[in-house]
Amino acid sequence: MAETYQEGSGAGADFDLSQFYQIFFEEAGENLDQMEQMLLDLDLSSANDEELNGIFRCAHSIKGGSATFGFSDVAELTHQMESLLDRLRRHELQPVPQMVDVLLESADASRSLLARHQAGGQGEAVSTTSLVRRISELAAGLVPSDAPAVAPPLPAPAPQVAAPAPKAVTPAVAGQARTLEIQIGPLERPQQADAIKELFRDIPGLGAIRDMESTQPNTRLFAVETTSTNDDLLDLFAFHVSKEQVLIRDAAAAAATDDADDDVVVAADGAGGEAYGFFSDAPGAPGTDAPRAAAQAPAQAPKAAAPKAAEPKVAMQAQMESTTIRVDVKKVDQLINLVGELVITQAMLAQNSRGLDAGAYQQLLAGLADLDRNTRDLQESVMSIRMIPMSIVFSRFPRMLRDLANKLGKKVELVTLGEATELDKGLVEKITDPLTHLVRNSCDHGIEMPADRLAKGKSEHGTITLSASHQGGSIVIEVRDDGRGLSREKILSKAQERGIEVSEQMSDAEVWQLIFAPGFSTADEVTDVSGRGVGMDVVKRNIAALNGSVEIDSAEGYGMKVSVRLPLTLAIMDGMSVGVSDEVYILPLSSVVESFQVNADDVSTVAQGSQLVKVRDEYMPVIALEKIFQVPRFDPNKSSNIMVVVEADGSRVALLVDELLGQHQVVVKNLESNYRKVPNVSGATILGDGTVALILDTGGLVRRARH
Amino acid sequence: MQSILAVDDSPSMRKMVSFTLTGAGYHVVEAVDGQDALEKAESHDIDLVLADQNMPRLDGIGLTRKLRENPKFKTIPILILTTESSDQMKQAGRTAGATGWLVKPFDPNRLIEVIQKVIR
Amino acid sequence: MSVMGKTAEAVPTGTREYLTFRLDQEEYGIDILKVQEIRGYEPPTRIANAPNFIKGVVNLRGTIVPIVDMRLKFNCAQADYNSFTVVIILNLRNRVVGIVVDSVSDVMELTPESIRSAPDIESAIDNSCILGLGSVGERMLILLDIEKLMSGVDMGLVTANE
Repeated sequence: MAETYQEGSGAGADFDLSQFYQIFFEEAGENLDQMEQMLLDLDLSSANDEELNGIFRCAHSIKGGSATFGFSDVAELTHQMESLLDRLRRHELQPVPQMVDVLLESADASRSLLARHQAGGQGEAVSTTSLVRRISELAAGLVPSDAPAVAPPLPAPAPQVAAPAPKAVTPAVAGQARTLEIQIGPLERPQQADAIKELFRDIPGLGAIRDMESTQPNTRLFAVETTSTNDDLLDLFAFHVSKEQVLIRDAAAAAATDDADDDVVVAADGAGGEAYGFFSDAPGAPGTDAPRAAAQAPAQAPKAAAPKAAEPKVAMQAQMESTTIRVDVKKVDQLINLVGELVITQAMLAQNSRGLDAGAYQQLLAGLADLDRNTRDLQESVMSIRMIPMSIVFSRFPRMLRDLANKLGKKVELVTLGEATELDKGLVEKITDPLTHLVRNSCDHGIEMPADRLAKGKSEHGTITLSASHQGGSIVIEVRDDGRGLSREKILSKAQERGIEVSEQMSDAEVWQLIFAPGFSTADEVTDVSGRGVGMDVVKRNIAALNGSVEIDSAEGYGMKVSVRLPLTLAIMDGMSVGVSDEVYILPLSSVVESFQVNADDVSTVAQGSQLVKVRDEYMPVIALEKIFQVPRFDPNKSSNIMVVVEADGSRVALLVDELLGQHQVVVKNLESNYRKVPNVSGATILGDGTVALILDTGGLVRRARH
Repeated sequence: MQSILAVDDSPSMRKMVSFTLTGAGYHVVEAVDGQDALEKAESHDIDLVLADQNMPRLDGIGLTRKLRENPKFKTIPILILTTESSDQMKQAGRTAGATGWLVKPFDPNRLIEVIQKVIR
Repeated sequence: MSVMGKTAEAVPTGTREYLTFRLDQEEYGIDILKVQEIRGYEPPTRIANAPNFIKGVVNLRGTIVPIVDMRLKFNCAQADYNSFTVVIILNLRNRVVGIVVDSVSDVMELTPESIRSAPDIESAIDNSCILGLGSVGERMLILLDIEKLMSGVDMGLVTANE
């Protein structure tokens, strides 16, 4: 961006404001987020001043910025929103759902307009005409012509503004609402103008009128809000007063000319309004005594002494101003990579120094022990940079659920718990889609229509609860609803239809797992929301790809709960190393249940060569890693005789290995970035000796055993 | 060099004002709202206060009132940035003791022009 | 270099540098800009069920890199692994991969004049990956589009739907 201004002169310099655009776009985005949140939280029956003021300020701020930086379409729209919100915060209007709806839609439109500007202004901007019209109608106290089918409880006419009974016919509005100052006079009898007020009371949709104090004798002054044109108004008034007696002015312009005498008005801007002004006799105003000047001289000396004391305070306040800084995600990832490398190097040093004589190398060993500790702490700190609270994930749901519930005609409340629970940023992006699907499912298929709920003796409002908590080394996210729950019969019959093997003996848990089959859906009708049945299997796959698991719990008639368990971070995992012949494989410790030695007798072979092992009372399928991974065996004396039971995807399987090598934290490396997806392998890690070990996909292994 | 305390809860506006005034030869101290401004006014040597009206915690008019209550700031010039120049706003400003007002949005040159009428 | 075309690129314009290596009796040249480094061979971690010419993956300063033995892929006479075995680490558009070759010679600068197209050359390597024939004195170099070669499905590094 070329700097084009000249220093010092101040007059006629060119200012390149585009350098502030990015800050403004981010700021406006945050304001829109906040506004949306506050609108959703607004309790219409008892909205308090602080809430309304807050929402107003958001719109006001965006308006100011967009006007300053030249985004007039956004300024215009937010100006309209601001007017409505101003009336609301002054209690001149009662908040109704349509206002929240139109404000939310306007916020969306503003977002879109801003995004377009941010991208360079190409393409067509979304149209705001209908939004502006609806806002003005609402601001004038009317119900807009495209009001939704559900009729809201209509508010009593607000004081001062005599809005006609809004239930009446919606008028054909001529244009947007304008605020006017109408002066009527001179009149022989001021009461003649009362008839004008009656007009507004009797004619629905005409607008609102209120008395103002008139400074001139025999003249009445009114503040009027209307969408009618001046000509229309004059025609109307003609019944009672002649046109010559009526003076209609724009409220803003009227105010401008009135106070000219009081203040030292120094300039008017192009639009005819005022640009700035000073109050006569105010301290520091030009033309008054400048006591400041006199104060300058003695102020000089203390000024010199002041800086030193001011220094520490300045630093502290600079800190207060910014307790967070924005950092490019790439930088953080780079940092994490480097720390990961450090951990590996440190592990190598630790391993190589194991054989050293403790006495001769005491200092070296002590140093390495310190390094070990420091590296662990560093790693924890760095990993926590990427941790962000679940509230970020949850934030999109109130709005989404509201829109969805409205669309389906259902009443749903959203409760969120554990918003402060943190998880890795990488997970956040990947968990959002599956969670969204689960919530939509609950709303669409779970929660019943209000009438049905009442008939069942439930409350009209269904509740969907989103919760997050840490359990062990995982984060558990639950989506719970108090809807109709899953129907065991329906699922069983649907599964049979699709040729899936089922039996009445299956436990509930096993039956619920059936809905994860591809294409499965017991929905009676396919709504375009989530009925196509492509969802649940994709959800499960997505979560499995994150090394997580999904469980379902349901009680017919009462509701359903879906629990998603995820490792806290994608990058680091607690692993158990196992040896097979000369190779090392890593198992996620979270899926390891137990391990034990076996003899040949404990293992029985069944049809098609698959093997089973008896663990207490259970028979479990056996997977010999040597076979699956075709591990070459060079030493005939060694063989696999250790079973490691792992659990994933709702079932268990026993892995046959040679030996258990140990447990440790492993840095998970992606195999697919340079290679490709390998079956039964979820990633790779680098061992202390620098070689690569494959991390096994226990979910994949378990699924393999099922077939 | 004269010091101006620029108060606005909008970061983009604050930066823009700061940039504009610094270019015109003033030293600028930023504050994010009225409360922050009170603290900064105490700890810095300020020659003029330029405050946005609509801010959380303590707005422009409120800030003016509080500043005037303090003998140290009885005569400091205070300009309010407002998006409207209604009677109501002017009345409130006058009563609170403001020196003047400037309507937003404004051209940066005008900002300098107005400031220069008050301090050099 | 453009990649992913069905036919080989036109003969490169401008002078470029090529790293030359040997596979059996043939000498090949690849764009030096695609070469990240040259290393000795260390036994990679085996990946089960992979084609025999994919030896496995190694740790290259923290990144997992697959190692493809070109001698096995192109049915060369011998494929020993000793202290002289050399691996060329390639930095391609979508991946880093190491290839094992018989030997690496030198870096040659070739002007466009010294390169001619070779539509029907008989080579173990698919013609669509051959950019042309470069000649330097007595030597004949088969210039390869290494990017295209390594991205072919038959090289086993990409899945069918990538």
